[in-house]
Amino acid sequence: MDTREKNIEQLKDYKYGFSTEIENIRAPKGLNEDVIKFISNIKKEPKWMLDFRLNAFERFKKLKEPDWQKPKYPKINYQDLYYYSAPKSVSDKPKNLDELDPKLLETYKKLGIPLQEQARLNGIAVDAVFDSVSVATTFKDELTKHGIIFCSMSEAIQKYPDLVKKYLGTVIPTTDHFFATLNSAVFTDGSFVYIPEGIKCPMELSTYFRINASETGQFERTLIIADKGSYVSYLEGCTAPMRDENQLHAANVELIALDDAEIKYSTVQNWYPGDENGKGGIYNFVTKRGLCKGKNSKISWTQVETGSAITWKYPSCILKGDNSIGEFYSIAITNNHQKADTGTKMIHLGKNTKSKIISKGISAGFSDMTYRGLVDINSKAKNSSNYTQCDSLLMGNKCGAHTVPYIKNKNYDSNIAHEATTSKISEEQLHYCQQRGLNPEEAVGLIVNGFCKEVLQQLPMEFAVEAQKLVGISLEGSVG
Amino acid sequence: MLKINNLNANIDNKSILKDFSLNINPGEVHAIMGPNGSGKSTLSNILSGKKGYEISGEVLFENKNLFELETQERAHKGIFLAFQYPLEIPGVNTNIFLKTSLNAIRKANGEKELDAIEFLKLVKEKSKELKFDEEKLNRQLNVGFSGGEKKKNEILQMSMLSPKLSILDETDSGLDIDALKVVSEGVNSLRNKNNSFLIITHYQRLLDYIKPDFVHVLMNGKIIKSGGPELALELEKKGYENFN
Repeated sequence: MDTREKNIEQLKDYKYGFSTEIENIRAPKGLNEDVIKFISNIKKEPKWMLDFRLNAFERFKKLKEPDWQKPKYPKINYQDLYYYSAPKSVSDKPKNLDELDPKLLETYKKLGIPLQEQARLNGIAVDAVFDSVSVATTFKDELTKHGIIFCSMSEAIQKYPDLVKKYLGTVIPTTDHFFATLNSAVFTDGSFVYIPEGIKCPMELSTYFRINASETGQFERTLIIADKGSYVSYLEGCTAPMRDENQLHAANVELIALDDAEIKYSTVQNWYPGDENGKGGIYNFVTKRGLCKGKNSKISWTQVETGSAITWKYPSCILKGDNSIGEFYSIAITNNHQKADTGTKMIHLGKNTKSKIISKGISAGFSDMTYRGLVDINSKAKNSSNYTQCDSLLMGNKCGAHTVPYIKNKNYDSNIAHEATTSKISEEQLHYCQQRGLNPEEAVGLIVNGFCKEVLQQLPMEFAVEAQKLVGISLEGSVG
Repeated sequence: MLKINNLNANIDNKSILKDFSLNINPGEVHAIMGPNGSGKSTLSNILSGKKGYEISGEVLFENKNLFELETQERAHKGIFLAFQYPLEIPGVNTNIFLKTSLNAIRKANGEKELDAIEFLKLVKEKSKELKFDEEKLNRQLNVGFSGGEKKKNEILQMSMLSPKLSILDETDSGLDIDALKVVSEGVNSLRNKNNSFLIITHYQRLLDYIKPDFVHVLMNGKIIKSGGPELALELEKKGYENFN
């Protein structure tokens, strides 16, 4: 018994909660034009990029912070944050991994992220973002052979300005909403992907986001363009140290799929969720939107959201091209005092467009979970269809689960189906599993993984196993 | 193997088992018969470790106090309950459940866990013996199974885990004659001088196929009479009401 309890204690600990002592370069505290110029300047950005930021900032000053979401949070003082923090060693631009600060390599090693040469055997190309900057991108040569561009956003602005100019802000305009506009003004780094016409990307692309510095917001920006007939599967992972303060993470992710192209975007989000009493943790307020611009294009979002104090995001698809397809597969888990308000938007504009939403919400402890989703079928989107399935699983009787679907159908040829269930893990199910030799934690893990199976299946193989474990660990200690 | 001494069980201040005593030796098959509400399922629940009862008295399993063991620890030590109403677990593949269960028990006993190939070989062999449709092993656990299939699945699990003490809680109810035979064969094939069975049933019918060493009649939470297989026949003739 003793060792079992000890094991559970160890598992309960957020194992990514360490922080790295590293010398940083920071922008002065606060949000103003000078800070934005500082960011743009340190990144040696061209004028059009600075103008993009300043335009966004002008707009931001006029916007009001939204407050319609279910999870409420104390007012954020936007003047009390650092908007840029980067390890000093990176500002000297290391050319390759061997020149990278060993402390950074060590950090990623501890996080289980393969940056070094021998780890390349894993066959996954990684872009590592540490606080405000990208510190390393692996597998570049291999990808270049296929004409694939996979680099940090800062690098893309320098090297591929035409592509960036053409697509940046076309899916999430700078005028979009409070947090997206803030991101447009102050974003620091992120990943850029371009897959040329007809190319199927031969490996998984992956970005690993790490918040390290305190009192720092992370505002990354990711842009993925899949040109005609191309395919890419992309995965992002996120962790942060344990700190008492709440830290803001407001990213923008834009995906663009041209004719016959497909983008598969997977997220395993494990930001620090705060402690058992709800102190600390990340505010994960992210805007993710994909545009199926071309005909027969497809965008698929898969998310496993286990971390953050508050998760507030709706990865969405705009189905503009005829016959385009949008998919959203989600597992969201809240435990202790975590809160989530998440779902998707499927905007059908083209003819014969299809969308599918599979959402699995699991709440335990004192947590609260809301699925919020919009299905909007435009009058011109003839013969379109949506299928939505929202399942909620409750553990214990102090948590909440809510489903808020918004459905708009503006033509007679289209149809929308919505199914929703709410269930509880029953004492009987647990007893049955225990009678077969499983301990309560294993039993919950098994039942919950069964509940999430449809979504877990969508993840790339390598990550499905990790995600499965994560699902179990996030719920440790939630069994009565 | 199992010694129950003066077991009392209450739920919500209602007394269900009253000074219940029973002794099962290795290799013995005991049948407990009783009408609805006599406390049969409470007995199997308590032996398996289900929470929610106020309990006094003593239960020893291989000379260890059963009440000091968690449900899963009882399973590790070789107690198996074939549930009256087997639970559905959506999304969990039956094979995976069986493998997880088998390996959890093997691990707890310091035995090597079976890999996928060893497991599949074993499960194939056992399914064949029990005429269990192998295709069902790839379906979600008990989801969409008929009543009979669920019960057969319980017996398959029993035969995979080869427990020392198997408790069958009304496994025969809802079974047709063919399924009843299969279930009985499953039990009989596990019978040996070490393994014991506690068979809880309403009907004599099952005992035509599984010959018990002892039959006990349970009424109002107490064993009112014990005897050999002939007692079941007598009970069948007279009915519970006129018995005693």
